[in-house]
Amino acid sequence: MLQLENLSFQVADESDSRKEIIKNLNLTIDNHRFIVITGPNGGGKSTLAKLIMGIEKPTGGRILFNGQDITELSITERAKCGISFAFQQPVRFKGIKVKDLITLAAGDALSTAGACEYLSKVGLCARDYINRDVDASLSGGELKRIEIATVLARNTALSVFDEPEAGIDLWSFNNLIKVFEDLHDIDSDRSLIIISHQERILNIADEIVVIADGQVKAQGRRENILPELLQDTGSCRFYQEVQ
Amino acid sequence: MDAIQKELLEQVAGLHEMPAGAYNIRANGEAVARSTTAHIDIVTKTDKSGIDIVIKPGTKKESVHIPVVLSQSGLTEMVYNDFYIGDDCDVTIVAGCGIHNSGDQMSKHDGIHTFYIGKNSHVKYVEKHYGSGEGTGERIMNPETVVELQENSFMELETVQIRGVDSTRRSTRATLADGAKIIVTEKLMTHGKQYAETSFDVDLNGEGSSANVISRAVARDDSRQLFLAKINGNNRCVGHSECDAIIMDNAKISAVPEITANHLDAELIHEAAIGKIAGEQIVKLMTLGLTEAQAEAQIVNGFLK
Ligand SMILES: Nc1ncnc2c1ncn2[C@@H]1O[C@H](COP(=O)(O)OP(=O)(O)OP(=O)(O)O)[C@@H](O)[C@H]1O
Ligand SMILES: [Mg+2]
Repeated sequence: MLQLENLSFQVADESDSRKEIIKNLNLTIDNHRFIVITGPNGGGKSTLAKLIMGIEKPTGGRILFNGQDITELSITERAKCGISFAFQQPVRFKGIKVKDLITLAAGDALSTAGACEYLSKVGLCARDYINRDVDASLSGGELKRIEIATVLARNTALSVFDEPEAGIDLWSFNNLIKVFEDLHDIDSDRSLIIISHQERILNIADEIVVIADGQVKAQGRRENILPELLQDTGSCRFYQEVQ
Repeated sequence: MDAIQKELLEQVAGLHEMPAGAYNIRANGEAVARSTTAHIDIVTKTDKSGIDIVIKPGTKKESVHIPVVLSQSGLTEMVYNDFYIGDDCDVTIVAGCGIHNSGDQMSKHDGIHTFYIGKNSHVKYVEKHYGSGEGTGERIMNPETVVELQENSFMELETVQIRGVDSTRRSTRATLADGAKIIVTEKLMTHGKQYAETSFDVDLNGEGSSANVISRAVARDDSRQLFLAKINGNNRCVGHSECDAIIMDNAKISAVPEITANHLDAELIHEAAIGKIAGEQIVKLMTLGLTEAQAEAQIVNGFLK
């Protein structure tokens, strides 16, 4: 479904020298996979997600989606190809309502009941939220859930979630996991990429990818990767390599 | 009235047909329709152009529509409308001006609306401005609003100007007695080479009086805007003004706040923010499948809603 070939992303840092955030990265994600990407803070996970969505443009390499080279496509075009993305830090607006955002995400006229369904899935009482502005009045956790609801409403072949569980309370956690499992089960072509540090999310992955220092340090079935990750992080080789 | 005038009327007053309640419709400088009620009288001024609107004390849940439309290129007019609102009223007044200019001469409507609002009365005043027509003649409106609020009265003033007015200078002055309150919300969008200036001048004279002036503005293309807000706290009072503006293309916006406390217990706040549309807002909407232009339109519409 998704192939990243020799992907690089460099930025100019303060001293005007080049800083490489993603380094010649190769990664293939098959259809109907539930992938969890993990790794140390600052390792390049969010940057990789933004490269997939087209929010950042790679300085080298190619991105293929269902065989098509999408490296030069805009965010809008990628969205239309079937990629969706839930931000680690969701954006706030002035004057855009929760219902507006979910309707735009669904891409066609959505009944209030339809929009409410997505909100219920992320554990928000739809009646209380549907007409609220997506602005500074929402709490961090509420905003995060609405962000997830917009991606559910998009209903795309590939969904990328950047730390969706951050700020979500414990009670809702089980429901959230169910949401991801259901999303994965809808049809056999669909894949999910979740960036997470949470063991409970790692536990439901088919495949785990460890990213550190802008590179893939490990990729494999959960059974093979997880035990090693769960050892004392201080001694974990994936984390050690970047220290 | 012809089709163009009817369209203007719909834009500025939301009217498809003659409204219920009192009204006075002015088209190309002449009154074309008028209706009064048992509690609301409308009288043509004899010394100058304009009308007196007299609302009897105790009038509740009634409305007055006084839209003005201009469709004749080159027409300029100056109108004085005075509103005498008795004590204990609760009324809605809808004004508004639409200019359609298909010629090459300037069309201009200047108006001074003066409100005398009686004790304990609540007035909601809505004013929309709109311009259309392909002509090169300018469409100009300079509305002046003067408000005198008596004890414990309350005015909500909403002004909207979204399209088609080439030049506007809006001035609003209010004086408030004890316990009186005013809330002003302004929505303004300028485009092309338009110029818009709005000034608010509020005197909080009464004990326990309050004013809240909220402006949301968008300036695009080569347009320019100037926002002036002056609040004088002359007693124990609360005043707040806020200008929140989006700037696009080559537009220019200035916001000039002025708050003056002439009394120890005057609490006055001014907030002003001008900036372009946050890039991340556009990005988020693009990830939902909108093009950049669609995303921008969505953000601007929401902002001015
Ligand atoms: N535009 C940029 N300019 C400079 N540095 C950047 C830029 N974007 C990201 N970085 C840096 O690149 C590194 C990777 O950032 P990224 O946000 O991808 O990490 P992450 O793996 O998602 O971390 P976390 O687990 O904390 O969310 C960080 O050191 C970050 O500071
Ligand atoms: Mg991150």
